[in-house]
Amino acid sequence: MSIFRLEKNDGVAIITMNDPELPQNVLNMRIQDEFEAVIGNIVADKELTALIFTSDKKDCFLAGADISMLQEIDSSEKAFDMCMLLHTMMQRLVDLPITTVAAIDGACLGGGLEMALAFDYRIATTRKSTKIGVPEVQLGVLPGGGGTQRIPRLIDLPTALDLILTGKQLNAVRAKKAGLIDKAVLPETLMSVAMEYAAKKKPKRKKSLKEKLMGSAPMRAFIFSQARKKTLKATKGHYPSPLKILEVMQRGLSTSLKKGLEIEARGFSELVVTPESKQLINIFFAVTDLSKDSGVDSDETAREVDKVGVLGAGLMGAGIAYVTANQAKKMVRLKDISVDGLAKGMAYVGKILDKRVARRRMKVNQRDRIMAKVTGSTSYAGFKSADVVIEAVFESLDLKQQMVADIEALNSDKETVFATNTSAIPIDDVAAKAAHPERVVGMHYFSPVEKMPLLEVVNGSKTADWATTTAVALGKKQGKTVIVVNDGPGFYTTRILVPYNMEAMRMVLEGVSIEDIDHALEEFGFPVGPIKLMDEVGIDVGAHIVETLHDAFGERVPMIDGMETLIEDDRKGKKNGRGFYDYSGKSKGKQVDDSIYKLVGVNNPGHRELSAAAISERIVLTMLNEAAYCLGEKILRSARDGDIGAIFGLGFPPFLGGPFRYMDTLGAATVVEKLNALKDEHGARFTPAPMLLELASNGGSFHD
Amino acid sequence: MPLNSNERVAVVAGLRTPFTRIATDYSTVPTRVLSSHLVAELVQRSDLDPKQLDMLVFGQVVQAPDAPNVAREIVAGADLPVEVDAFTVSRACASSYQSTIDVYQNILTGNIQSGIAGGADVMSQPPISFNKKMTEAMVRSTYSKGSKLKAFKGIKLKDLIPVQPAIKDPSGEYTMGEAAEKMAKENGIARADQDALAHRSHSNAAKAWENGWFDEQVMNVVLGPDYTPVSNDNNVRGDSQLEKYAKLKPVFDRKNGSVTAANSSPLTDGASAVLLMSESAAKAAGHQPLGYIKSFSFVGIDPNWQMLMGPSFATPIALDRAGLCLADIDLIDMHEAFAAQVLSNTQAFESKTFAETHLNRSEAIGTIDWDKFNISGSSISLGHPFAATGTRQLTQMLYDLRRTGGQHGLITACAAGGLGAAMVLEAA
Repeated sequence: MSIFRLEKNDGVAIITMNDPELPQNVLNMRIQDEFEAVIGNIVADKELTALIFTSDKKDCFLAGADISMLQEIDSSEKAFDMCMLLHTMMQRLVDLPITTVAAIDGACLGGGLEMALAFDYRIATTRKSTKIGVPEVQLGVLPGGGGTQRIPRLIDLPTALDLILTGKQLNAVRAKKAGLIDKAVLPETLMSVAMEYAAKKKPKRKKSLKEKLMGSAPMRAFIFSQARKKTLKATKGHYPSPLKILEVMQRGLSTSLKKGLEIEARGFSELVVTPESKQLINIFFAVTDLSKDSGVDSDETAREVDKVGVLGAGLMGAGIAYVTANQAKKMVRLKDISVDGLAKGMAYVGKILDKRVARRRMKVNQRDRIMAKVTGSTSYAGFKSADVVIEAVFESLDLKQQMVADIEALNSDKETVFATNTSAIPIDDVAAKAAHPERVVGMHYFSPVEKMPLLEVVNGSKTADWATTTAVALGKKQGKTVIVVNDGPGFYTTRILVPYNMEAMRMVLEGVSIEDIDHALEEFGFPVGPIKLMDEVGIDVGAHIVETLHDAFGERVPMIDGMETLIEDDRKGKKNGRGFYDYSGKSKGKQVDDSIYKLVGVNNPGHRELSAAAISERIVLTMLNEAAYCLGEKILRSARDGDIGAIFGLGFPPFLGGPFRYMDTLGAATVVEKLNALKDEHGARFTPAPMLLELASNGGSFHD
Repeated sequence: MPLNSNERVAVVAGLRTPFTRIATDYSTVPTRVLSSHLVAELVQRSDLDPKQLDMLVFGQVVQAPDAPNVAREIVAGADLPVEVDAFTVSRACASSYQSTIDVYQNILTGNIQSGIAGGADVMSQPPISFNKKMTEAMVRSTYSKGSKLKAFKGIKLKDLIPVQPAIKDPSGEYTMGEAAEKMAKENGIARADQDALAHRSHSNAAKAWENGWFDEQVMNVVLGPDYTPVSNDNNVRGDSQLEKYAKLKPVFDRKNGSVTAANSSPLTDGASAVLLMSESAAKAAGHQPLGYIKSFSFVGIDPNWQMLMGPSFATPIALDRAGLCLADIDLIDMHEAFAAQVLSNTQAFESKTFAETHLNRSEAIGTIDWDKFNISGSSISLGHPFAATGTRQLTQMLYDLRRTGGQHGLITACAAGGLGAAMVLEAA
């Protein structure tokens, strides 16, 4: 079977792409010969007046370059040649003397859109799966099939920059508005409209007034300088690709398309071999992998879930209700102890949807339908039929055990999964008094639930595989990237976060300024510094978890001075407006609350000056080391899960690929050496994990 | 078609929104939105698998212009499966008697196994229309050929004033209030007795709220834009004092009348619904019914005589069909449109003459035991969203029977146009 099917009808050739060997149509080396053959046929046929290019692969026009091909590129020269080859393919289409139409139905991304840009006309269906964009920046590279040159030559510069720098994907209506396509049509009429366009002459595209204005040299220079500033601020210089994109576009626009394309190929070839790009591609594959992972090693499959009960309508509970109704499209039964609490939870869900309606992302009747899925009660009425119940009440073991008993009492015949959204209480403790501990599982969400992409599913020692995989499947439907970890104090994410936060706190006690610490970790690539993060998470929550971990691990996670004093001073962090930072007046958490130093017994704050690198290294090493303990103790199922958990749950810098990828980059021996040095200076908490020692001695790595 | 001849029709669950006076809590809420919110809650709290639902019938008296078939809007708005058949009925104040009976009969005939029946009116959002002249001109301008402007020839400024909907049937001579006033006079119902009945209604309703008897029957309404919860009826007077009723002026006959705002039901917004299933389907799905529908009757009388006497005509028929007499009935909920109407009917219930003259029966319907009559309040105190009253009475009756240990209950209502409705219920 061939990849391209060619039909001819009254002088109109139709090429339909469908790669029989892959689930999606992609650009790879395999298609090249066939492409050449089919285009050769078109060129040779002088009877033809038009060409339509389309796909009959479900939900996919052309999804872009084969990413595993990118992963394998090991030299810039190879990458450059590959790009130039791609440009030649595109040029073959551009050079056709007949009218050419791309009829797009399904994903049209990266190289797919770049190919479509080589046609005279583009029409696309309004189907939900029709997404149009160039997401290459998200993989640390740039659109290397002409995108950086053809897009800004087709549409106005600010829109082009936005598309290429963010990698956002547009539906047909928005793509038409942006000027990327000529018409958005119903799927049923795609081919008939394509025929209409095929009957037209080649277009002479005139620049709109806006495009002309934006295209003038001084305006262009201004736009680029603004974009560069914004990009630097957003990436803190950690990501080479957006800056390279700006350079390639600016240089390309001041010369001919042909030269521009060569500049683009050069830029691409430089980016694709950067460690940042390699790590982002690793993450892409890890996430793809996880989306196919059932989360259990057995063949157990997830049970059908129609209705989800949520106990507690606070920020967490309401967030869970939202993703369950809006993303997973399940019925949600919300319970709170008071009507006001319940109403607040429902309002939280309602207001997110109202905002989407106001931004025209959603229609009113769609909002109403989603809202109808979320009902609430102050009793257990309606919980009997819930397939999964997720508790999101405050961290009290007694309360959680009571809820397990309540749910079991409602209907013992129904195998309702009880999921506890705790960040640190062991699942086995929650299930200790359960009649059916096999139905109890952890679902650790991150706040705010509707924004944070990670879900950590926690397997208790008695949890049945069917319960775990049901939780995993539900989490995926809620739009989360799900990792499964085994039970233990702090599970994985909390456990590696605590030593990290505590090391930062220790530095404060040593006299390093809070600004220096937070700044150092932001420089390292975290979205916020550790002290600020403690304010966000809640100092009381943090203090509680330290105790739990200390009880479990003794001197390796020692207690810390100062935390108790903070709690006694009613400093809970952002939630009660009292923390390390000042939440009063204009500061709103931007300025450090200087009174904190005296409170914890630091008399001359900032007297100890450390370089940003020294600060971040010491703090980050605690996290890396703890992650290695987790993998060694089989809390984690794989290094992959550990990387994704830290990146999506804690904001670990993606360009470093996660703690395990980063340790592989550094080398286990180096990590051990640094830890040992710190251990000599600061004590047992830096004792290297056994797994690190092992890898250091045998020269191995966490990832293959 | 298989007849479920041995099947009883079970009332699996019943629920209503708080009833609130016109232009208060629901002033920005369309009927379809309030009803959808109610039905979604009813489905979820009764642990019903929505895929098991066959039909939804809703009553609506004041037709919302954006949703003439409000039932179908509720199917969408409550996110029920599209396969659920849905239609809207209107029988004035007995509309949700009708929606209930529609579902009941469909279950009895074996057409369906389950259905939701209910009714709602949000008087705060009535269809406002123009007068006849203006309306005709607007239709002309839209649909006839020729000048759009010409269609409005002869329209004066006063024609632009919208017409408020009135609660009166074009075929009858009297408005509701006038009919009640007429009945008070013809039946000799004293002002003091009317006031006492209204006071009793408020006191009973207040007691029911205080004791938590409504907790399971009334939902919390939480709707945008500000999502402030509405949890209570706002017409019930917890501090009702009999003396104060005497101070009000009559509304419909200012000189010689006795019907006042305080001894009448108020204009009210609200929605109510019940979930009905064949007894076997309910059992199979593990539901525990509240009770069963035993019989019903609908009647029509001359609206220009005593329009609101329907209960006295409908009740004996429903009792006969149930094989019961009034003495077998443990509790009664008679819809209180006006105190004058309630007292005219209770008088007729006990009257041998009435039975002989109007019912062609030799004996009176029966004696009213006031300890069994409207014990948790009725429409004067709780309020009267026209189409929501029937299923409000049905649900309230079954909960009252359960609480008091009674077996049989009667609910009955008068309706505009001289209609009457009655239903005999049996506790589970």
